[in-house]
Amino acid sequence: MSPPAATPRRSAVRWLPLAAFAALAALLFAGVMLSRNQDREALPSPLIGKPAPEFELPVLHEPGRLVSSQELAGAPYLLNVWGSWCPECRIEHPVLTRFAETKRMRVIGYNLKDEHADALRWLEQFGNPYWLVLTDYSGDKAIDWGIYGAPETFIVDGDGIIRWKHVGPVTEEVMQRDLLPVVARLEAER
Amino acid sequence: MSRLAGVLLGVLLAAVAVCPAVLNAQVVDLAPLEFRDAAEAERFHDLAVELRCVKCQNQSLADSDAAIARDLRNEVLLLIRQGRSDTEIKEYLVARYGEFVLYRPAVRASTWLLWFGPALLLLAGGAAVAWVVRRRARALPETVAQPADEQEW
Repeated sequence: MSPPAATPRRSAVRWLPLAAFAALAALLFAGVMLSRNQDREALPSPLIGKPAPEFELPVLHEPGRLVSSQELAGAPYLLNVWGSWCPECRIEHPVLTRFAETKRMRVIGYNLKDEHADALRWLEQFGNPYWLVLTDYSGDKAIDWGIYGAPETFIVDGDGIIRWKHVGPVTEEVMQRDLLPVVARLEAER
Repeated sequence: MSRLAGVLLGVLLAAVAVCPAVLNAQVVDLAPLEFRDAAEAERFHDLAVELRCVKCQNQSLADSDAAIARDLRNEVLLLIRQGRSDTEIKEYLVARYGEFVLYRPAVRASTWLLWFGPALLLLAGGAAVAWVVRRRARALPETVAQPADEQEW
């Protein structure tokens, strides 16, 4: 006996498992593609658009001198969190150095959880791109900034408002795509 | 052969001994937290398992060994000793690190999917199963629906 001829409705249902499989495959593929994003673990900072925390931190090159947030107010600055223990800081170092050389904005180092001698040696070895280096060896103040590692980079405007944050190394791509447009915007506002 | 292995082992051990002096290490305070009493320890622990480590994102603050988790544990203990409530401590961390740090974020429009998504999926699955079962029951011939009494299952 030959099977009864499939009605059009039944043949459509036959493709349902394949469609379900294709949908699942597409979902998993999207997940794989999303996980390629290197910044996927970077958290959006709730501090963007809010005033930068008040601080008073020692200067790396002048032991005993403290610099406060008020002293830095009035003009925008870039704050780069680094440590001699941080391998990715070496990746962004040449990029930040080139930016610092344009003198479009003060580039301030935030030396996090480091040893004084190690930090000085690191800067001597790779070059010091910073206008000023603040130190936070206990990491207490870093919590107010929402810092959870290095490298991290902030841009604070002349009014002391955090305008931008990047977690991870500032590569040339990040510089061109994200950082420079923010700098240009701040320059236009002035 | 064993002498060669001995020499290799010696070289390796020497390398390991020299390494820490060469590599720069992040300054980390390895001392465990000291609680004043059992009540404080319990409150701290209850709070720490509710908070998510920002660095190793699938661990709680209590479990994580990351340097930032250590710092945040110290900070949480400090805040507890300052007499802040659990809610205040959570708000303190959320203000700095975002709602990400909470394992149980507040129920609001942006977290509806997170809170009710699983239940929604379960309902959708249940409805699909019910639909399939009812359709098959209708398609089944009457004779099959009544099995013979002597049949053993």
